[in-house]
Amino acid sequence: MNKIGLIIRREFLSRVKKKSFIIMTILAPILFAGLMIVPGLMATMGDKEEKVIAVIDETNILDGVFHNDDHLSFEYIDNSSLGDIKDSFKESGYYAILFIPTNILTVERVQLYSDKQTTIGVNTHISSDLNRFFEKIRLQQENVPIDILERVKSNVKVETKQWTSTGEEKSSSAGLASGIGYGAGFLIYFFIFMYGAQVMRGVMEEKSSRIVEVIVSSVKPFQLMMGKVVGVALVGLTQFLLWIILTLVLIMGAQMLLVGDSGSSSSQEIAQSVMESRTGGTMQELDISELEQVFQDISGAIESVPVGLLIGSFLFFFLGGYLLYASLFAAIGSAVDNETDTQQFMLPITIPLILGIFVMINAMQAPHAPLAFWFSIIPLTSPIVMMVRIPFGVPAWELALSASLLILCFLGTIWLAGKIYRTGILMYGKKVNYAELWKWIRYKN
Amino acid sequence: MEFLKATNIVKQFANHLALDKVDITVPEKSIFGLLGPNGAGKTTLIRIINQITAPDSGSILINGQALKSEDVHRIGYLPEERGLYKKMKVGEQALYLVQLKGIKKQDALRKLKYWFEKFEIQGWWDKKVEELSKGMAQKIQFITTILHEPQLLIFDEPFSGFDPINANLVKQEILNLRDKGATIIFSTHNMSSVEELCDHIALINVGKNILDGSIHDIRNKYKADTYQVIYRGDSTRLKDALHNRVSFSEEPVSGDETKVYLKKLNGSSTRELIEIMNPLVDIVSFNEVVPNMNDIFIRAVEETKTQDKAQ
Repeated sequence: MNKIGLIIRREFLSRVKKKSFIIMTILAPILFAGLMIVPGLMATMGDKEEKVIAVIDETNILDGVFHNDDHLSFEYIDNSSLGDIKDSFKESGYYAILFIPTNILTVERVQLYSDKQTTIGVNTHISSDLNRFFEKIRLQQENVPIDILERVKSNVKVETKQWTSTGEEKSSSAGLASGIGYGAGFLIYFFIFMYGAQVMRGVMEEKSSRIVEVIVSSVKPFQLMMGKVVGVALVGLTQFLLWIILTLVLIMGAQMLLVGDSGSSSSQEIAQSVMESRTGGTMQELDISELEQVFQDISGAIESVPVGLLIGSFLFFFLGGYLLYASLFAAIGSAVDNETDTQQFMLPITIPLILGIFVMINAMQAPHAPLAFWFSIIPLTSPIVMMVRIPFGVPAWELALSASLLILCFLGTIWLAGKIYRTGILMYGKKVNYAELWKWIRYKN
Repeated sequence: MEFLKATNIVKQFANHLALDKVDITVPEKSIFGLLGPNGAGKTTLIRIINQITAPDSGSILINGQALKSEDVHRIGYLPEERGLYKKMKVGEQALYLVQLKGIKKQDALRKLKYWFEKFEIQGWWDKKVEELSKGMAQKIQFITTILHEPQLLIFDEPFSGFDPINANLVKQEILNLRDKGATIIFSTHNMSSVEELCDHIALINVGKNILDGSIHDIRNKYKADTYQVIYRGDSTRLKDALHNRVSFSEEPVSGDETKVYLKKLNGSSTRELIEIMNPLVDIVSFNEVVPNMNDIFIRAVEETKTQDKAQ
């Protein structure tokens, strides 16, 4: 195995074998998947028991106001007082007692008694039923006919269509496009920082443990630096890949579990239950056909997004941005003796990255504005900003320009960083400033 | 036959001239002491030989051939600033460092096993470096420096951090390596180990080579015709008898013996001196004073300082 291969291997293995890497790799997908699954899981599994609520209606006008569903039903009790039912609550098997006072129309307040904390789902169920009832009554008091009430309900949605160069129309989704772009741009930002810092710390570790001179007597300093940069990049890609695979496995596993439980094979069911749980049960009003429409739109929009281009450019801009910044991080690590000294040199690296994030957020609103254009061309911010523009469609020449500038720029920074690194790793106990770095760059060898 | 020949090496850093036309010649299969005060340029010269940095001008020949990048495999370098990856296991790390020197994994494992047994440290293979003491880590570093059997070994303060027993162990290994044919450059501030180990030395000060040659020649060169004599008897008569032949300085000793240093003044032979002394006092010992390396080091460095001032 050649030397740079050996270095890459060590850098990769020593990081992948670390406990922190393993924990991060396993925990993150559980978190991701959890965020997607748990609401649905709660909706379908959490509330399996039949709940019966006893209703004591002192006004006698609320008959039939509360609708029953799979898990919740209402039983009107006429001849008992609140006290009686409370006394026999344990034996009755009721989940709760809903007490409607005579003055409900003025106070707009009901009481729900139970020996346990009632769930939000139950509470919103009751309040939304009552709200609708009040709405109806009030409108009737204002002499608005009920059929008008039904007719004024509306639910307008905007369908977006996008032309392609061939003039063909495609469904698109602005939300989805910016979502994907934002996710990709942010991931690149996050990875550059996380793994760039790892490169820097690795260099500082070699320097402070004094092993570096031993190693550079066997390999060129540049080989050591690039071995580290590439090794850490592989760690990043591995982690990223594992995250995707584990998240998918977890989601699929949970889906199978859910589907098995509800006896339905439709994934829309799950999506529906997720939505239901998010909107607190009011989803019932949206009928299923409408929901299906939403899903068809989304999948149509996904087709409109150039997936291959997205993945390809994500990998390219991720690696390009990483190489650009990681070599600078390596140079910083080589120039200082300890972590606190890194601050002054971190600033010029941090500023373009954070600027990139700001412009990215702006570019989601205006992906073709001059601001977004220029920042997606300038190499220091292009990996972040270009990613958010791609789902909205970017001319090929812009992509090519941005990509080639990025390549030129990272070759430049690697060369520059190599010069600083070569001198820095063997320099101890010296307060380094920018003038000093400039001298190092000009050293011939 | 010289193994390494550095000629006219110049290295300029931004603010100072680290090496100013330095020449050294390291004879084959010998131990060569590279000496000099702190900041003299020793480390820079060593780094140039290891191709860690390049000289601004000058040439380095190894076995008559210009130094090239593959030559790193022929060199083993134990730097003064040395360490290991703290979180890595000893065996894994030794293997890594040796593989970087171009040794195949199987060979490396076999040889490491041999040396670990020799140094009685087999039990450390799976330990992390941070669990080892400084001396233990030094042993590992020594092994990884010599394992690829380089023709040229460069040791910079190899004994620092070792207890006397282990220092002796390492010293023996260094001598063994020379006997097996390796050429060794040895840099240290410990002059007694220079006398013990080195065949040749070069003394560098402020980037210039101020003294070089074989230890024997150098010490003879620094001899000042001085003799240390210990005797029993009357000093006054002896002083009178010798007063125009030598300068006389007495050093107090306990007991009835007297210790004096005689510096010859006008070319009297040693035999004549003894003939004069013998009837007068009872001579216990008569030795020529050969300066030790410590004195030579200090004198040579001081001399260049006064020369610099004079200029």
